[in-house]
Amino acid sequence: MREIQGKAVVEAVAGMCMRGNTELPGDVRRKLERAMAEEDSPSAVEVLRQLLENADLAHDTKLPLCQDCGLAVLFVEVGDDCKVVGGNLRDLINEGVRKGYADGYLRKSACDPFSRANTGDGTPAIIHFDLVPGDKLKIAYMAKGGGAENMSRVTMLAPAQGWEGVKKFVVERVAEAGPNPCPPTIIGVGIGGTFEHAAKIAKRGLLRELDDVHSDPDVAAMEKELEEAINALGIGPMGLGGKTTVLGVKITIEPCHLASLPLAVNVQCHSQRHEEIIL
Amino acid sequence: MGEYKLNTPLRDEDIEQLKAGDVVFLTGVIYSARDAAHKKLVELLDAGKELPFELEGSAIYYVGPSPAPPGRPIGSAGPTTSYRMDTYAPRLHSLGMKASIGKGKRSDEVKAAMEKYKGVYFGATGGAGALLSNSIVESTVIAFEELGPEAVREMKVKDFPLLVINDCHGGELYVKPRLDTTG
Repeated sequence: MREIQGKAVVEAVAGMCMRGNTELPGDVRRKLERAMAEEDSPSAVEVLRQLLENADLAHDTKLPLCQDCGLAVLFVEVGDDCKVVGGNLRDLINEGVRKGYADGYLRKSACDPFSRANTGDGTPAIIHFDLVPGDKLKIAYMAKGGGAENMSRVTMLAPAQGWEGVKKFVVERVAEAGPNPCPPTIIGVGIGGTFEHAAKIAKRGLLRELDDVHSDPDVAAMEKELEEAINALGIGPMGLGGKTTVLGVKITIEPCHLASLPLAVNVQCHSQRHEEIIL
Repeated sequence: MGEYKLNTPLRDEDIEQLKAGDVVFLTGVIYSARDAAHKKLVELLDAGKELPFELEGSAIYYVGPSPAPPGRPIGSAGPTTSYRMDTYAPRLHSLGMKASIGKGKRSDEVKAAMEKYKGVYFGATGGAGALLSNSIVESTVIAFEELGPEAVREMKVKDFPLLVINDCHGGELYVKPRLDTTG
C-alpha cells in the first residue's frame, strides 16, 4: 500500500485553486484565438480580444481571470493501492481549498441558501470521489462560476424522444440562456444513468480537453452535430452575435433505466478554469 | 455606432443620446450592488430610511469583486448576470437611478422602466474581470460590510469601457437566437 502524505494533498489542492483561477488553460486559449480569427463581426472580435488580453493580465498580475472564482468542484480518483495518511481525505481537500482561496485572494462564494450568509472561506468544496485500480491519487479541480451554472438543467426525457429529443432540449437550453452564461460556452451533456448521475457525468465531461475528439466515433459525431446546431443559433461572444456560441460540446453516455432517458446540460462559461494533478 | 465619454452623475440628456450598440467610457463614481445588497436597499426604502448613496443620476454596477491584493485598489471586478436584479431595478429607476451595468438579458419590466424614467443598461464583458479592474481607481465599502463580496462599494472609475445593451428608446443589442435553423 503506497502512502500519500496529507500535507501533499493540501498543497496540491491549494496550488490548483490559485493557478486555476489565474492561468487560462492552453486548450481554452487556443479555441478563443481560433474563434477570433474566424469571426467577421467587430463586436465578436472585440469581446474575444478582451478575453485574451484579460488572460494575459491575469497571468502577469495574478488577479483572478474572473471575480467569480466559483465553487470549487473536485473530481477525485483514489487508487485501490494508495492510502492518504495524516487526515481524512475530504478534510484535507477542503483545507487545500481554504488555503488556496485565501492565499490567492480569490473570491469566496459559498453561502447559506436562505440566509445567504457567506461561509467565509470558500468551503465546503463539492467533491466527487471515485475508486479506481492503481496506487495513484488523481485530483481534478474546476472553478464553477454561478452565472453559467444557473443556466444548467436536468430533465427526464421519455425513451421515445431519443437523440432528436436530446438535441432539441440542449439547443433550446442554450438558446434560452442566450447571453447570460458568458458565451462562448462549453456544454457538458450527460445522457443516461439516473437523475443525479446524469448531472455528474455532464459536469465531468467538462474536464476533457477542448480540442480532443471522443474515442467513440458515434459520440464524436453527436458532439459535432450539437456544436454545429448551437453555433447556428448565432448568439456569439457575450450574446452580441457571431459564429462562436460554443467552444465545445462534451457528451458522456452511460446506461440508464428501461423507463428513462435522463439528460443533463451543464453550461460552463468561456473561462473554463480547470487543473489536474496526480499524486 | 457612436462612442461617448460620459461622467457621473448621469443626466437625462446623457441617456437620451445613447443607442444600443454605442460604446461608452464612463468616468466618475459608480456603486456596486448585487443580489443581497439590492434586497437590503429595498428594505431601507420600505422602512422609509435613507440609502447609503444618492440614487439620483447614479449608476449601479452588478459586481462582487474578488479581494484586493496588496498594492491594488480592488481585485478582479467583472459583471455578474443582471436578471437576478430585475425585481428591484424598476423601482430604483423610478427613484433616479440612471444606469445599471451587468451582463445578460433584462426583463420587459426593466426595459419599460428604462423607457419611462430615461435609463440605460450597459454591458461590460463578462469574464474579463482582471481587465475591467484596471479602470477602477479607488474602491471603498460604504454599506453592508457583513456581506463581504456583496457589500456596497463606492468605486471611482476612469474610462470604464461599456456597451449600450438597452437604450431608453426600446433598442436592444442582444441578438435573437435563430432557433428555426435547428429543425
